[in-house]
Order: sequence, then structure tokens, then C-alpha cells
Amino acid sequence: MTENIIEVRDLVKHYPVTRGVVFKKTIGHVKAVDGVSFELKAGETLGVVGESGCGKSTLARVLMNLEKPTAGQVLYKGQDISKLSGGALRRLRRQIQLVMQDPYTSLNPRMTVGDLIGEPFEIHPEVAPKRSRRDKVKELLDLVGLNPEHINRYPHQFSGGQRQRIGIARALALRPEVIVCDEPVSALDVSIQAQVMNLLEKLQAEFGLSYVFIAHDLSVVRHLSDRVAVMYLGKMVEVGTEDEIYERPTHPYTQALLSAVPVPDPTVRESKAIIRLQGDVPSPVSPPSGCRFRTRCWKAQDVCAQEVPLLQIRRGSDHPSACHFAEKREIVATHEAA
Amino acid sequence: MSEQSAPGADGSGRPSGRLLEVDGLRVEFRTRDGVAKVINGVTYHVDAGETLAVLGESGSGKSVTAQTIMGILDTPPGFVTAGQVRFHGKDMLKMSPEQRRRIRGEGIAMIFQDSLSALNPVFTVGFQIAEQFRIRRGMSRSDAKKRAIEMLDQVKIPNAKGRYSNYPHQFSGGMRQRAMIAMSLALDPEVLIADEPTTALDVTVQAQIMDLLGELQRERQMGMILITHDLGVVADVADRIAVMYAGRIVEEADVYDLYAKPAHPYTLGLLNSIPRMDEKGQELRTIKGLPPNLMNIPPGCAFNPRCPMAQPVCREKVPPLLQLGRGRASACHFAEELVNRD
Repeated sequence: MTENIIEVRDLVKHYPVTRGVVFKKTIGHVKAVDGVSFELKAGETLGVVGESGCGKSTLARVLMNLEKPTAGQVLYKGQDISKLSGGALRRLRRQIQLVMQDPYTSLNPRMTVGDLIGEPFEIHPEVAPKRSRRDKVKELLDLVGLNPEHINRYPHQFSGGQRQRIGIARALALRPEVIVCDEPVSALDVSIQAQVMNLLEKLQAEFGLSYVFIAHDLSVVRHLSDRVAVMYLGKMVEVGTEDEIYERPTHPYTQALLSAVPVPDPTVRESKAIIRLQGDVPSPVSPPSGCRFRTRCWKAQDVCAQEVPLLQIRRGSDHPSACHFAEKREIVATHEAA
Repeated sequence: MSEQSAPGADGSGRPSGRLLEVDGLRVEFRTRDGVAKVINGVTYHVDAGETLAVLGESGSGKSVTAQTIMGILDTPPGFVTAGQVRFHGKDMLKMSPEQRRRIRGEGIAMIFQDSLSALNPVFTVGFQIAEQFRIRRGMSRSDAKKRAIEMLDQVKIPNAKGRYSNYPHQFSGGMRQRAMIAMSLALDPEVLIADEPTTALDVTVQAQIMDLLGELQRERQMGMILITHDLGVVADVADRIAVMYAGRIVEEADVYDLYAKPAHPYTLGLLNSIPRMDEKGQELRTIKGLPPNLMNIPPGCAFNPRCPMAQPVCREKVPPLLQLGRGRASACHFAEELVNRD
């Protein structure tokens, strides 16, 4: 299957920055997402990595149609989702669901688990008639590895990992085709994180789900993703298969990011060459001209300030990279651990 | 305790001397719902110039131990019920508040995880650093300011002079963490406790901060306690590791030994459950179940309900933290078997 479920074309999302209370004046824009294109195929997992402020969560919100894009399109099976309304929009929402980062704030503390997971059925009664709802919820609880008898408990009676399972059950309730996971495991402890990741993989195999998996943890993303997109300051800088990104990265930012990931193996301490980036990410209100990474890049030349590098396949490489000087570089020790 | 002390098995020629020792510490939290036994006999030590990593998941008691060392444990609900915390051989838990105050900052300093809530939002960053010089060193306003700018410079904050009068919210996350480091090092402490110093930061910034900490530590020959849950960071910087579970140290070892051959099934489980950059596709080997409720810790070994090796003895007898030689210790009835397997 290579059908595109979601296609994103030149997506732009700017938020106005205003000054004044009575006479609000727009004094600039936060360019959260600034020209992003990609596609999601049926049954695949697309990982999106990047540091805070790179626009990955805004991307999730636009994909969920919680925000209207400033420009560009998100196509679900060829339909522009921002143009839908009423019944058509409701039908679309059934197909794309979200798992949120923080299982503590994303569950209403005054609702029981049964109500939380059953709530989607209120809006989409065609999925489960009223009588069968509790059985459906129990099935879902069982599916995500929770005890179906706990259907009447409240969120505070569960641990963080269990709550994240509740969030996943809720996202699954309507049998969606796509699940957008926005940092689903980053609030969890290592041993619990692994349990939830295994669950996500199991569910994907069982229901043929497509995931957009957004995270800042590169090793988590590698474990789950078929393809990976790296974002920096509202733009995608490199896209490729998991192997292309992790073994043969060509964009300097990807290389720096990968080299900075701590390797859980003390024996590679000495042999590791970490690329030290200077300074912080620039403000998305006034990103640098040309290539946005140039202010921290060790390869930057004059051309980088003048020309925005396009995300395209370049000479000597097999996957798109948005760097004028894209080239392979061995990222030592990320893959030679024992 | 003392056999284990033989320092410099690595022969690095660091100044000898046990700076800080935690010995048989027990802490409980008395809450409305009952008594939570948060720390159940923790023993560890730090020497000058070495980095001890305290590794554990949330609720394992690693931060509460640090709070007890610093004397900032909230009492109530937290109460120390047994044990000692010795700094240069003197039990700090028996000292007067005034004596403890003098150790804080100069003897032992601490960096907190969340720099935004650890800094006071209504004072400038510079003022908060300079304050220490004025109060503790009796410096004048202008001298204190000069020293504070030097400190900001040392932690590599660009344009330190201009940044002196910024408020914490004007700093980025990484810069705030640098400012916190400047603040904690201002009085030249002998021991630095870093409680999850980079958890809230991005990887590229994390690498910068860990570098900086390492550099400053070497310069000053500080002892450092690095509290973290990140097995990657630990592998990069630690000399020794103490793994905590349910308020106890379950394993202690040199960093190389621990990663090569964990001597406790919990450590083994943790190492197995990290997704690694070099392995993909196979299912992660998880630790089943959940950490215990500290109000109701299972009898015997606290890890037994989750342990793949558990035997009847594990449900009856609490395994003591036994020395295995070479500075290694494990609190598992089957530690020998774990270490000797191939």
C-alpha cells in the first residue's frame, strides 16, 4: 500500500504578535510553521523530530484541524480539511485522532474512565449504539492493557503510564485511520515508556493505523518510525527513511542533533565526536534570512544568508535535505554501541 | 561502609577525602492517607573531584535524599527517622539551623531541574547572584556586582555585563540553567548536587550544559551528585552510579561495570528498556508492572513483583546491599549469578 492518506502542501501557520490592549496593533508574526510539505502513507509511521519551538506541536494542531493554516493545505485523501464544515468535518474528525503529551492534564479529573473513553461515541453515535457502549469501552480498556473492571475509576487512581493508555484507548475508540501522537511518551519513566511504545506498535499492526509521531527524543522516534522528518524553526530541514536520517544524515542540523544524543554506553565516551552548536535557537518572530540554521552552522557561507535552501535531493545523497552544502558525515558512535 | 571507600581504584590521583556521606538514611512522609516510606536506608558517599550519578525513576527517592542533604526537606510531611548525613565527618542532621546555613552554598550547593521556578521572577538574575556575595562575603554592592558578572562570564553567558540586569523570563531555558549554575557555584562549594539539571532542555543545549558542568567540576575539583533518570547522560559523565528503587539503593557500581554487567535485575531491566539508536524493529524488553506504592511496599525485595528472576525467598527476605568487590554492591539475592552469567 502506498496510498497517501495525508498530504501536506506548503503549510504555513503564523500567529500574530500584538501590542496594546484597546488599540491592538500587530507588530509581527510568530512563524511557527513556515512552508512545510510532506505526505503520510497508509500504515506507516512518520516521525517528526525537532527541539522546542521548532513548530512540531503547531503542526499537530493544524493536522487535527484545531487551527486554520495561514496558507497551504492539508489534504486528507485528497480533500482539503480546512474547507470542510458541518457533517463532513465531523466525519473527518473520526478518522484523525490525537494522543497528547501530558496524561495528567489531558484527562478530565471529574469524569470516570468509562465516560472519558466513551465520550467520542456521544458525538459519533453511529460507531456504537448506546446499549453497547460500555462493552465497547471495556473492550478498548482490555486492548490497551488495562483492567476492564476499572471502568468506573477516576484518572487520579491511575499512574502516568496507565493514564497514557487511557488517552490511547480514547483515541482508538472511533477506529481512526490516522493517529497524531504529540510527545506521547516523553512524560513517562523509561520502563513505562517502553511499555507504551510496544503498545503503540502492537495497535498499529492490529488496525493498520498510520501514525504521525512527534517527539524530541531521537532514539524513541527511530524505534517507531518508518520515515523521519527533522524540523528546525518552522521548516523541515531533512526528510528520509529512518535509515537515511540516522545513518546518512546530510543536513548539519540533523548531524548536530544526532551527535548530541547521549549514548547509554560509557565505553564510547572517548570516541564520540559531539558537534557543539553555539548559542540558542533564534526567535521565530524574526528568523534569520536565507537558511534559518546558518546562525549556528559551522558550514555557513554568504550564500546561506541570501538564498533559502530548498528541501530537495542533492548530489551525492539519496534523500531530500535543505542545505546548500549537504553532505554525508559519519556520526561516530551512535550506532556502534555494543 | 569503610572497605568500599578505597578511593581511586582508577588511580586518578584526586585529592583523597570523603566529602559527603549519607549513611542509613530513612525518611518517611506522614500524610493524611498514611505513612509513605520514601527512603528506606540509603547509603552513599562522594569524594572530591568525582561524579556520583544517582539513577532512578520518579518516586524512587533520589530527589528526597538530595533535599535531606541540603536541609530543605518539607517538614511536615517529611521526617528523617534514622541515619546520618555527614559532611567532612560531621553529622549535619544534628547541627543547628545556623550551622547548616553556613554549609549551604559554601559547602554544598544545589542546582534544580526547573530553572524558571527556582529563580525569583521579581529580581534580576544578576541581583540574585550578587546577593550571595553581599550577605555571605560582606562585599559592597559594586564589588558584588563585579563578581556576579564574572560568574555569568564563567558559565559562558554572552554579554554578561548586559545580561546582569535581565529578569529570569528574559533568558532562554539554557541560559537560565547557566545562570542557576553560576548561582550555585558562586561561593565555591565543595559538593554540587545537580537534580535533573538538563531534563527540561533540548539535546543540543543539554550537551552544552553537561560540558560546562564537567569543565567547572574539573577546574574546582568538586564532588558532584548527579540525580537523573537518563541512562544516556549518566553513561557520558558519571564515575560511579547508585541505582535507586523504592527508596533503597539496589545497585552501586563503577560506570563501566554497571553498563557492561548489571548486578541487579532492575538495572538490567532499565538498560533493556531504553530504545537504542542502534537497534530497531524488535519489541522493547520492558519491565512489567508498576513501581510499588510507597505506603505499601511489598514484603521482601521491593522489586519482586516485577522481577523476572523472583523466587520464594525474594518475597520473604529483604536482600541486603552486599559488596561484590571492586566497589560493586547489589541488593539482590541472586546478584552473584547475575554477575557471573555470560
